[in-house]
Amino acid sequence: MSADASLNAFVTRERIEGSDDGPLAGRTVAVKDNISTEGVRTTCGSAMLADYVPPYDATVVERLKAAGATVVGKANMDEFGMGSTTETSHFGATENPAAPGRVPGGSSGGSAAAVAAGEADLALGSDTGGSVRNPAAFCSVVGIKPTYGLVSRYGLVAYANSLEQIGPLAPTVRGAARLLEVIAGPDDRDATTRSGGADADYADAADGDVEGTTVGVPTELFEGADEGVVDTVEAALDDLRDRGAETVEVSLPSIERAVEAYYVIAMSEASSNLARFDGVRYGISGGYEGDWNDSFARAREAGFGEEVKRRILLGTYALSAGYHDKYYKKAQDARAWVQQDFDEAFETADVLASPTMPVPPFERGEGLDDPLKLYLADANTVPANLANLPAISVPAGETDGLPVGLQFVGPAFGERAIVRAASAVED
Amino acid sequence: MSDSDGDSGDASDAVDPGEVRHVADLARVALDDEEASQFAEQFVDILAYFDSLDGVPEVDREADLANVMRADEVHEGLSQGEALRNAPETVEDYFEGPRVS
Repeated sequence: MSADASLNAFVTRERIEGSDDGPLAGRTVAVKDNISTEGVRTTCGSAMLADYVPPYDATVVERLKAAGATVVGKANMDEFGMGSTTETSHFGATENPAAPGRVPGGSSGGSAAAVAAGEADLALGSDTGGSVRNPAAFCSVVGIKPTYGLVSRYGLVAYANSLEQIGPLAPTVRGAARLLEVIAGPDDRDATTRSGGADADYADAADGDVEGTTVGVPTELFEGADEGVVDTVEAALDDLRDRGAETVEVSLPSIERAVEAYYVIAMSEASSNLARFDGVRYGISGGYEGDWNDSFARAREAGFGEEVKRRILLGTYALSAGYHDKYYKKAQDARAWVQQDFDEAFETADVLASPTMPVPPFERGEGLDDPLKLYLADANTVPANLANLPAISVPAGETDGLPVGLQFVGPAFGERAIVRAASAVED
Repeated sequence: MSDSDGDSGDASDAVDPGEVRHVADLARVALDDEEASQFAEQFVDILAYFDSLDGVPEVDREADLANVMRADEVHEGLSQGEALRNAPETVEDYFEGPRVS
């Protein structure tokens, strides 16, 4: 597909040259606009940060540059990562090059659209509850959400710290794996990074060899999904069986509570994280009338869009006196329950497979009036975030001409297993 | 959605715009009337959905979490100029904020 400015994949187009050589020399990368780039504005898709220019690079951007990559722009996104369609961006919606008239998914929709249209060879997104895998599925590209702690979040503008990871998007599994190698590994500036992944090889696991692999199929993630999506994923699983993989049904009963647990935790963390936007050190000023509470409330009224306000309010509510035990504590119990279910499933399976999204790409504007409907579409992606596990979305085919993504979830730091399984699907 | 502290009863079937405003005050977000009533309507459904967490069993959390410590050493950081560069208003070498009360 030819480059097309009307996609609106980028909030800011600006070239940042990397070093002369390295594993990504000559490759162009779109960087999601919540990842700090020194001297290049980083808006998070929000009016609040429309003029914000970071004084430093995120660790992943330093690593891209050291690896020889050229950043070609800052990719459009749902405001502060809060959305699954890229329609909540202050800078307008992004077109889906793989399904015109449909949303590109989100929140890393600009990153996925840029890769799908060839406007960048590769891209970085961030995935709090599916924000890399969802747009990868909707735009027919590959996206990886790494194990929590594999990739530094230093310089990523926080939405929900305990859930999110920066992850790669690429046209191929091998390409995404190679970009992951560049950004993975411990970082002194992010104390949640782990030593695993320091010298990881992921790309050479993309060999398509699934002979003897046991693929767990969680029935809960197929129930209620669109029929055409299920048929496409089942056909891909048939193909894996033909290549020597074994599939076994597994059950994850806790998954039924995953969406509500995810939203309570994510909104609660967001309500705290986004308190920093008070219009004093950066962002839109609320002026100097009245006291600081008035000023901050005005700054935030002017700077935040509707979905961001909705999540801050619901998060504030879930953490407020009398409701903390009812919502936040219960959500943490559900999170532990989900983790336990995955642990059990990985006693019998090497990886778990499901549709990435239970539905094909939405039409533009389809879910904007009904936020709960959009939240429910995250059912298959949020469990990996709650359990801190790696997950990949790989194109599995089409239904009625619309892209379908297949997701593999692996055990912690099992990136090689999901890369290998996904590479067998794309062959 | 009740104002009273300590009330954790079944409140999520009754969200009115006044209660949305109370939470918005806590969160320092000004809302117009239309937003407050729209949110009140949406929060009924969303909170009712969150109520299903009631059925979640108590689960032992993983106990292998450990604090990560580092030496408290001085490193080079942002210069004052860099730190101030994105501020809407500054006075000399300081951020200018609204008055406290």
